Amino acid sequence: MTPETAPAPDPGGVSRRRALGMLGVGAAAVGAGAALRVGAASAAPPPPDTFAFYGPHQAGIVSPVQGHLHFAAYDVTTTDRTALVLLLRKWTEAAAAMTEGREVGSTGALGGPALAPPQDTGEALGHPASRLTITFGFGPSLFDGRFGLADRRPPALADLPAFAGDTLDPQRSNGDLCIQACADDPQVAVHAIRNLSRLAAGAAAVRWAQLGFGRAATTSTAEQTPRNLFGFKDGTANVLADDTAALDEHVWAAPGDGAAWMAGGSYLVGRQIRMLIETWDRSSLREQEQIIGRDKGEGAPLGSRRERDEVVPTALPRDSHVRLSHPSMNGGARLLRRGYNFVEGSDGLGHLDAGLFFLAYQRDPRKAFVPIQRRLSRDDTLNEYIRHTGSSVWAVPPGVQPGQYVGQPLFT
Amino acid sequence: MRRSALPALLGTATLVLTACGSGDDAATGGGAGPVAVAASDSTCDVSRTELTSGKNVLSISNKGSKTTEVYLYAEGDRIIAEKENIAPGLSYDLTVQVQPGSYTVACKPGQVGDGIRTPVTVAGDAAPTADPVTEKAVADYRAYVQQQADALIPLATGFADAVKAGDVAKAQSLYAPSRVPWEAIEPVAEAFGDLDPAVDLREADLEPDQEWTGWHRIEKALWVDGSTDGMAPVADGLIANLVDLQSRVPDAEMTATSIGNGAKELLDEVATGKITGEEEAFSHTDLVDFDANVAGAKKAYDVLRPIVQESQPDLVTQLDRAFADVTAALKPYATPGGSYVSYETVDEAGRRELARVVDALGEPLSQLAAAATR
Repeated sequence: MTPETAPAPDPGGVSRRRALGMLGVGAAAVGAGAALRVGAASAAPPPPDTFAFYGPHQAGIVSPVQGHLHFAAYDVTTTDRTALVLLLRKWTEAAAAMTEGREVGSTGALGGPALAPPQDTGEALGHPASRLTITFGFGPSLFDGRFGLADRRPPALADLPAFAGDTLDPQRSNGDLCIQACADDPQVAVHAIRNLSRLAAGAAAVRWAQLGFGRAATTSTAEQTPRNLFGFKDGTANVLADDTAALDEHVWAAPGDGAAWMAGGSYLVGRQIRMLIETWDRSSLREQEQIIGRDKGEGAPLGSRRERDEVVPTALPRDSHVRLSHPSMNGGARLLRRGYNFVEGSDGLGHLDAGLFFLAYQRDPRKAFVPIQRRLSRDDTLNEYIRHTGSSVWAVPPGVQPGQYVGQPLFT
Repeated sequence: MRRSALPALLGTATLVLTACGSGDDAATGGGAGPVAVAASDSTCDVSRTELTSGKNVLSISNKGSKTTEVYLYAEGDRIIAEKENIAPGLSYDLTVQVQPGSYTVACKPGQVGDGIRTPVTVAGDAAPTADPVTEKAVADYRAYVQQQADALIPLATGFADAVKAGDVAKAQSLYAPSRVPWEAIEPVAEAFGDLDPAVDLREADLEPDQEWTGWHRIEKALWVDGSTDGMAPVADGLIANLVDLQSRVPDAEMTATSIGNGAKELLDEVATGKITGEEEAFSHTDLVDFDANVAGAKKAYDVLRPIVQESQPDLVTQLDRAFADVTAALKPYATPGGSYVSYETVDEAGRRELARVVDALGEPLSQLAAAATR
């Protein structure tokens, strides 16, 4: 990024510029400051290498999938609704700034008093914006009555049922709030979560977090379909960003869906799926392909030649993953998958602690993820090689307009 | 326990199938090239009805509008080979090994009914069709599986009787031994898809509202509830299923490949279920299962060893050493009565060491199936 493309006046000339911050400022002033600042930002052409933060939908859902993920779930520690709203205001402003490649706070990483800690933690200085997206979500527990939201809980934000074979760790599941930060540069994604977590001090605390790499899904046919850690192409049959009819039918919540404030939003299911890498690696190529239902090289459905050849589920092995998860086997249900691979070192037994951090957006999990996973958990041969170890479901509110904060329709 | 409710096909039918779409695997058997089987919704044209014994390839093409399946039956409709789910427009090459005799090719459009049938005869020599070393390996392994399935009945009956008598202590003592033959032949039992979940399902693998039966249901009653209340029907059901298993062994599809894969699956069971302590969550008798899994894998390896000795002698050296290492690693945990200590008493370092030797065996063992397939 260069100063010429900068959307707001800033004398710094560094690649990351300072956002007008709000730390240490009163809540009322924050709102005004945010409106002023983002107004200026949105008027200018978007800097290169960025995805717009503002819009009818939050960024990070249909945006082309970036290379890296840092996902965090938070427990809200305050019981004060005003403090919660203030947190969302702070997060919105900081997210807008970081998305545009700017530093967090009015003085950023270096512009503050030498005797005070910098407002921006600084590790993204000199890094480009890296197509960072920051996407916020609300967990079912946010609607438990602490904040007067009990009657605003969307019916589609139902708790996920138990599935056969679930080995869920409560320390890796659920939460009041979540942030999905995706960027092409892992350090930029980590910087985002780190600074947002810092802004949350006193209002919310990280419950669990997940790093991911090697996007395990694509939302565009222009991108090469990526491979998961089993070595197979994953996400060939995803809902694509340019398929607006499918997005309206399967991804975006509509005003009549039961929670008007969610219109234009979506529901996110996150599952931490541990892969039993070592045993998988010992299975024969044919077994691997029979389990998945696609060939490993091209990614074509078994019996076909090319990756995007039509899938005829009944032509695939009965317990293969692609057959069982195909829309025609699940009442037409489709998901927009946006998962990432993860490796968290070793599990203490000398095995890779690795797998897929599955992220799927949908209009109503009760009609999409739940029936699909119910079938998979019962019949999928892949279950021999995976364990679902973490689970969460989130209402991802609609996009933010300049001057608003994320989730504002919920609180007004 | 296999974590899929559908029958395992991998160890059986798929091993004799060549699922390529276009006949890339040029047919080499029978002396006269592949036998074309043209299936439609109302016809099943077989290009030749006189075949030569040995390896033959049925080149199936579905020209109809319904998904079809094709069977090769011996007399009495004994299935020699089958391919299900051939979608309209697709083709498959089905490789079969046949002895002289009378057979029937049947296409089943819509995958229902007795099919459209064409009799075929196979002429030629009986002996060379199957490799005698492989045949002996399969026969030896089948005998072992039958022996284990037979041995299960008295062991499990003794356990079930103690459960029904309400004798918790005795049932606890007979629980782990009653599972040993099962654990040794589990991959074969898993091929009968309905049996495995009925007798060996773990609580964590239950579907919501699914009735929980089998050993682990009783295990929980014995160790968590300390009671056998309500367990009599579960014990009876267990025995009924094991008797069923015993009767089905003679029909189990077995090849050198499936035996080799079974050995690998047994080690997978150890690596994912026993090392982690997931299998015996209440009784902590995981090491007894561990030993039985390894014994079953060793037997599978032993019957295939002459074949591998020829094809990959280095693998034999490697496997012999790796099996010996696992046996040695288990030894410190053996108890004088021929059993094993509770897995709860094995500390983290001990579990890591067990995982290490299991991985060191599992990796070369995964090469066994390919090395043993001629």
